[in-house]
Amino acid sequence: MTDILLRTGSLSFAYPERAGLFRRQIMRDVVRRVDLAVLRGSVLGLVGESGSGKTTLGRLLVRLLQPTSGGIQFDGIEIGGLGEAEMRPLRARIQMIFQDPQSSLNPRLRLGVTLTRPLQVHGRLKRRRDRRDRAAYLLDLVGLPAGLIDRYPHELSGGQRQRAGIARALALEPDFIVADEIVSGLDVSTQAHILLLLRELRARLGLTMVFISHDLSVVRVLCDDVAILQHGEVVEYGPVGRIFSAPQHAYTRQLLAAIPLPDVEPGWLDDPGPIAPSLQQGSAA
Amino acid sequence: MTAALSVQDLHVAIGRGATSANVLRGISLEVQPGEVRGLVGESGAGKSMLGRAVLGLLPANATIAAGSISFEGRDLVAMPEPERRSLFGRRIALIPQDPMTSLNPVKRVGAQVSILLRHHLGLSRRDALARAAELLAEVAIREPGRVLGLYPHEISGGMRQRVLIAMAFACDPTLVIADEPTTALDVTVQRQVLQLVERLRQRHGAAILFVTHDLGVVAKICRTMTVLHAGCVLEEGETADVLAKPLHPYTRALLAATPRADRPAEALRPVPPALIDSLWAEAHRLDRLSAMAPS
Repeated sequence: MTDILLRTGSLSFAYPERAGLFRRQIMRDVVRRVDLAVLRGSVLGLVGESGSGKTTLGRLLVRLLQPTSGGIQFDGIEIGGLGEAEMRPLRARIQMIFQDPQSSLNPRLRLGVTLTRPLQVHGRLKRRRDRRDRAAYLLDLVGLPAGLIDRYPHELSGGQRQRAGIARALALEPDFIVADEIVSGLDVSTQAHILLLLRELRARLGLTMVFISHDLSVVRVLCDDVAILQHGEVVEYGPVGRIFSAPQHAYTRQLLAAIPLPDVEPGWLDDPGPIAPSLQQGSAA
Repeated sequence: MTAALSVQDLHVAIGRGATSANVLRGISLEVQPGEVRGLVGESGAGKSMLGRAVLGLLPANATIAAGSISFEGRDLVAMPEPERRSLFGRRIALIPQDPMTSLNPVKRVGAQVSILLRHHLGLSRRDALARAAELLAEVAIREPGRVLGLYPHEISGGMRQRVLIAMAFACDPTLVIADEPTTALDVTVQRQVLQLVERLRQRHGAAILFVTHDLGVVAKICRTMTVLHAGCVLEEGETADVLAKPLHPYTRALLAATPRADRPAEALRPVPPALIDSLWAEAHRLDRLSAMAPS
């Protein structure tokens, strides 16, 4: 069973909250008993709306958060309960690409430094020359011109910044990457380029990924499997083709029906559609 | 029939003199009463800038270099300020993009909706609150009385956007500028908000200029559409025609670059960078031409 790189078992996360008349402490469940398995070399899509717990789940998988209960097995090692010191050697193998490259790239560092800082931190490539070569290689890998190596993030376009975020995640040659809503802020034309870049990188480097998105259309482009999250629970999980052709859960059908396809469809606006009562009126987002 | 909105050869520039940059390069479009026109483009296309020009909300360093903007046949650019002010918020309304920042966080919803009614319609405090509750009920907010007493952070993003829509339609406008009103929302909520906008449009008979980057949204709510790039109109027409038979290569490229939930991954084609480069080159050629022309 070595071809499963990452597996979660009844993974749960809750945080304490004071609520109610007497401000009593209660535990608020954000991720509930999630069971997932990501095959080596495959891409799993995590789809949900705001508040579904998809970002929290992503942060658990890279162990930026510690699970309240349940386990995460990475390459056969149980990492759910590891402390920071024990996690450290594994950090290089597990990377994350963040949603907003504007705020996740240090504005004061030139791109070349940003791309090689992870190598320094993990004590690889001690010579400055080697690191610079490596930065140049990474830029090329994600389709950025070599001339950007001495530029600052504010000198880059949104699409270029997101490519830089991807390059940084690849710097340590990780086995596993979690990408959290990395194309949602981008224009349609830029978005398609980034999606195709990820597909190409995946084929070239054999990446294993969890791709988090609120957008099912985007997920279809990139993912092999899809897990649909609602209120912290996986309500549907399966191969991408099946989820789109024969969705089983009412919530999945509702999500698919709500996507406005670029075709004129009279009556789409009149049809109330399957509306979940919880979406009619929510509390603070 | 007089158009609700008529924009003719509108040029807008940012900055002055040698450092000025054109953001709108001769835009013309019309929105007829009761029509929903989609204004489609990517970031930097100038679509929000056009919406702001109509509303008289251009940034301080932006100037209308040429062209006219008419509302029901009256020129908004030449109109004296007091007369313009009496139109905005009442006859011409805005549904803003961001429901998080468009409401005052330290004022209750009721105070924000009712101040509008008191200012524009001269209602008393009590009547304004009663009318505000009716307006919230009209946008399908349950328990409107309770919601009026809440602060913006106490309600969901979808509900905040509905409050903003209620405010836009509060004074029976004849023209509504909707600036990406559903971009920040989840798809299921987006669908409800689009349905709501359509219902209010039918009830109030308003014309809507719907600014969006999402061709799917345009397909569902706009009868006509205008495609913008680099401050130029590239294509316009009935939405059904433009989407079925796009004439401009950029429109075709945008459609091919839009991921579709009903099609497999292989169908996706990114916009060729060469096409974007040629469009910008054309825009800059226009700039040089207009710089040479005697003003």
